[in-house]
Amino acid sequence: MELLVASAIGILTAAGLYLVMRLRTFPVIMGISLLTYAVNVFLFASGRLTVGAPPILTDATTYADPLPQALVLTAIVISFGMTAVVVMIALGAYLGADDDSVNDPVDPADTKAGDAS
Amino acid sequence: MTHWIILPVILPAILAPFIVLAARYHIGIQRVFSIAGVLALIVVAAGLAWQASDGTITLYQLGDWAAPFGIVLVADRLSTMMVLLTSVLGLFVLLYAIGSGWDDRGRHFHALFQFQLMGIMGAFLTGDLFNLFVFFEVLLIASYGLMIHAGGNVRLRAGVQYVLFNLLGSTLFLFALGAIYAETGTLNMADLAGRVSLISEDASVGIRIASVMLLMVFAIKAAVVPLHFWLPSSYAEAPAPVAALFAIMTKVGAYAIIRVYTLVFGPDVAVTEGLHGLWLLPAALVSLAIGMVGVLAARKLDRLVAFSVIGSMGMVMVAISMFTADSIAAALYYMVHSTLAAAALFLISDMVRAGRLNLNLTAMPIISGAALTSALFFAAAIAMTGLPPLSGFIGKLLILDAALDTPLATWIWVIILCSSLISIVGFARAGSTLFWKAKSVPIPEDRLIEPAPAVLSYVAVSGLLALLVAHTVLAGPIYAYTQATSAQLFAPAPYLEKVLETPGKLSKPKEGQ
Repeated sequence: MELLVASAIGILTAAGLYLVMRLRTFPVIMGISLLTYAVNVFLFASGRLTVGAPPILTDATTYADPLPQALVLTAIVISFGMTAVVVMIALGAYLGADDDSVNDPVDPADTKAGDAS
Repeated sequence: MTHWIILPVILPAILAPFIVLAARYHIGIQRVFSIAGVLALIVVAAGLAWQASDGTITLYQLGDWAAPFGIVLVADRLSTMMVLLTSVLGLFVLLYAIGSGWDDRGRHFHALFQFQLMGIMGAFLTGDLFNLFVFFEVLLIASYGLMIHAGGNVRLRAGVQYVLFNLLGSTLFLFALGAIYAETGTLNMADLAGRVSLISEDASVGIRIASVMLLMVFAIKAAVVPLHFWLPSSYAEAPAPVAALFAIMTKVGAYAIIRVYTLVFGPDVAVTEGLHGLWLLPAALVSLAIGMVGVLAARKLDRLVAFSVIGSMGMVMVAISMFTADSIAAALYYMVHSTLAAAALFLISDMVRAGRLNLNLTAMPIISGAALTSALFFAAAIAMTGLPPLSGFIGKLLILDAALDTPLATWIWVIILCSSLISIVGFARAGSTLFWKAKSVPIPEDRLIEPAPAVLSYVAVSGLLALLVAHTVLAGPIYAYTQATSAQLFAPAPYLEKVLETPGKLSKPKEGQ
């Protein structure tokens, strides 16, 4: 089970990072969503993986840690809200400029080219 | 238990929805409530700082749950100092936003401003790492709204970059928190401090990775090279009052580094030894150099100011990464100075923009109100480049002095002094092009005369500069205070005892079984 979860996190992260580097708003937002899924699973796994154990301290030797589940809930809510915000802003930028690339445009006449450092 | 500590978080949290719900169509009422809120914040923050000034550490347990189980807010010297700085900066930024009319160019400026203050205050006060993440998100989501205030294509594009970069930073933050929790089983800073020191050297892979990831997250916030790429565009394209408020946001990153890497991964913790000296110090030196070279290379005034922010953050980080009591004290002194100076410069660049077609550093017809604006620019540039007589000079001197005993002293001295020279040239060139050469450019006959900036704008900028002067004149007492702050950071035992020993619900779980 550890291998399955770990490789799932790894694949999600790798795919997310690849998409983020595409530098177009839609793939980048997809990539960030994948990354947040990866981090959610990672947080969930940080309390150790257990099956069928109660989420409270008992006399039994195994229990499911309830805290990461609370953390994941917070993280899910926040990442959901953030993704909604970035979709709206990116849509506004795309509709305004008719261009969905994330980088600054390279235009020698524009002074921004000098700030690429 | 005193409830004052949570007031800097609660007050904006109540005021912001009130402004949205009850006063959304009345900019006048919004302004009154916003100013009143910030004034009340200053009073509360001053009270908290006064309470903490004798070394008292005050604890607030949310819901009365004892420390490792519940979330705690902690007010010690460092956090109350930052809270006070934020609220004072907030007042002047707000005055400028009202004076220049920026708050009326889009919707919900005042509500977002209050939410932003809430996030910053919470980040300074919290004693729990996950809560720190939550407050980071609060301040970020408010800053996303403020960043694109008043709209415009260029600003929206910069806003997208800013939001995406920070989303990646938040994801990294969560990875770091997950790794820390997996290794130690707690996210309370005081509790972590005890548990991290128990981890043996041969089982420390996880916690090493976690501490490096956490450092990277804070370095993103503090715009340390090579994680600074988000800053120039966002700060330059953000509305000027917002950029001025953002001057404190880079300091949130610096604050978090100071807090976590003195308390949790302290200098005497074996598993993370060498992280600051080996990695952070060179990165900070490079960002100092790149920031000041960027000042010289910038072709627009707003970019120039943004790069000077990177440079001054580099200076702060150089001082922090030496991690001695003296260097942290110097860093804190310089941090206050650099916040005020950067905010003043952003506001001044907006005053210049109001009278010109754009902010390109080329000679253009003279702007109205140039005499006063140029005088303010002169003073703020002196402060930012660290020339005497203003506090930048004293701050730099303190940092250089603290660097004397460190192994990299030569490098630090050379880079700080050379970069100061470069930034002086950059600012001098910008100022002479903007204000002196303008006199030789004929004014076109069909030009519309722009009115000079409002009196309130000048009051706000002069207020910031007056604070800088006060910071210089009172350098002795303030440095003594930052030294006491730094001493408190390097002797964390009272902090740990206060957080972990204060009784609350569940404070002794073993007895209940």
